[in-house]
Amino acid sequence: MIGFLLRRIAWGTLVVWLVATLVFVVYFAVPRDVARLIAGRQASEETLVVVRARLGLDQPILVQYGRFIGRLVHGDLGESFITQESVVSIVARDIPVSASLALGGSALWLLLGVGAGVVAAIRPRSRTDRSITALALFFYSMPTFLVGQLLLYFLFFQLYRVGFEFFPPGSYVPFTDSPLQWARFLILPWFTIALVTGAAYARLTRGAMLDALGEDYIRTARSKGLPEWRVVLLHALRSSLTPVVTQFGIDLGTLMGGAIVTEVVFGLPGLGREVVQAILKQDLPVIIGVTILSSALVVAANLLVDVCQSLLDPRVRAN
Amino acid sequence: MSAAPPIRGRGPWELAFERLRRDRAAIASAITILFALAIALAAPLLAQLTGHSPIEQFTETGLSPTGIPVGPGREFWLGTDGLGRDVLVRIAYGTRVSLLVGVLASGLAVLIGAIVGIAAGWHGGAVDTLLSRFMDVVLSLPFLILALALAALVGPGLGVSIFLIAFFSWASVGRIVRAEARAIREREYVQAARALGAGSARIMFVEMLPVVSATVIVYATLLIPSSIAFEATLSFLGLGVPPPTPTWGNMLTDAMAYYKVAWWLLVFPGAALLGITYAFNVLGDSVRDALDPRHDQTIGAGRGGAG
Repeated sequence: MIGFLLRRIAWGTLVVWLVATLVFVVYFAVPRDVARLIAGRQASEETLVVVRARLGLDQPILVQYGRFIGRLVHGDLGESFITQESVVSIVARDIPVSASLALGGSALWLLLGVGAGVVAAIRPRSRTDRSITALALFFYSMPTFLVGQLLLYFLFFQLYRVGFEFFPPGSYVPFTDSPLQWARFLILPWFTIALVTGAAYARLTRGAMLDALGEDYIRTARSKGLPEWRVVLLHALRSSLTPVVTQFGIDLGTLMGGAIVTEVVFGLPGLGREVVQAILKQDLPVIIGVTILSSALVVAANLLVDVCQSLLDPRVRAN
Repeated sequence: MSAAPPIRGRGPWELAFERLRRDRAAIASAITILFALAIALAAPLLAQLTGHSPIEQFTETGLSPTGIPVGPGREFWLGTDGLGRDVLVRIAYGTRVSLLVGVLASGLAVLIGAIVGIAAGWHGGAVDTLLSRFMDVVLSLPFLILALALAALVGPGLGVSIFLIAFFSWASVGRIVRAEARAIREREYVQAARALGAGSARIMFVEMLPVVSATVIVYATLLIPSSIAFEATLSFLGLGVPPPTPTWGNMLTDAMAYYKVAWWLLVFPGAALLGITYAFNVLGDSVRDALDPRHDQTIGAGRGGAG
């Protein structure tokens, strides 16, 4: 088990290092003038020299790379070109927003997705199953931003016009200020994420449940005279959850690094919106910091999934 | 007197096609896709018919005196946008971008995925380890952030979007093809080809590729809608195909500013986008069921037991 764990951690570290190197190559090794980007077009040649010296851009590329990795290992992500704020403190400010969004959204999509998948699989090809399958495919087909826009249009704007002002159009209230307002402001973003992702989980759960319900041990359970709900929920669902858990770890990891589209549509000040703004302004340290953090989160989530699975199923470890 | 028709062997492709032809959902989505294709091809015709080019701004007729978009009517069938441009003509031109990106990006992704997957599965050993690990790395990249960052860096555009979507999509195909190729590698007919002295290239592309092609076709169909959605997302975030070229994503970005006064800016491009991705997903599911009827039997077995 220890060996397995060490191997997985080494692999995860390698992936993060590769991403960091890729980002470095893309931004600093490509011949273009980063100093001019920061100093602006009108900057004089003297200013550029000063900027280059301050950022170490006058050093050979390998020295720059060594410094970059060195700072990274010490958890220093540099500071924003534009606001001079340290990237670590930007991330620390944004992460509660992205985490709130990810945790609430994922709880909701698990509930909706797995629930719908189980109900659909109990009576395959019935009208219920067909409706759920069609509805799941409907949301599965929609880009996230469109779901967000439609929820805003119908649940915020149309209800607002008739005088029902429950759903806010966007923005964020910290949990520590008011848990109730926090939830009210996040409810549409949560549903946006949950509908899109939950649709994929409904498809996944339905497929796995159908496979499980065809197994011999289900026939055994039925012939023992167990009530049907026990057969479905305790026997079939339990074994169907393995692929769901795998997918869940990866999706949650991705989402913690910022739900870019949802945050943009609803104006939530999380990591995702931060990185889009940084990209549009070419604020390299912020882009690099958030990119590395996101990939580290995905890798950590993958690692966690692997560990959970190896605890559940020892065969995984041998691989 | 009619003689019994002669019994004729039917190949797996023919059987799959038969199944698909009897699937009403598949037919409906194929018709939707053909309709979209017709719209895309006829876009210039539509522009001529209405007399509105997709980027022309009708500040006199296309905007109210206070500068608000005009709703659907006789002059502008689906209304105008915030700059007084014809929404219908822009949707038609946007169809071209979506279909082009969808087909080319997923085609490229499937091509790369199939080649890498077969190469990894056939060679095994160090080649397999290297390629598999590479696919793992690509799959664990935060793809939307990287796609946006790269698009911003090289300058967004149609070709860039296609390339980026393909780059972040091929690995999932590659992984599945690899698993299949590994299983096929041990089959007798591949061993036989090898014993006859066939080279690696021949075995990979003549012996193995046709067997994995069913998987490849299913994936190609299912990748098209996700590529279309990916492109729309890039455009929506301002890093897809740059304005004034009409794309559904660009149009939906504009809709964000006007949805309180002009529902048609959200509803029509949104319906177009949803309609085409839904149709491709339904078709993809049907193609998978048609090529892999075992899927159907599993359902049957479950049903029988549930009684």
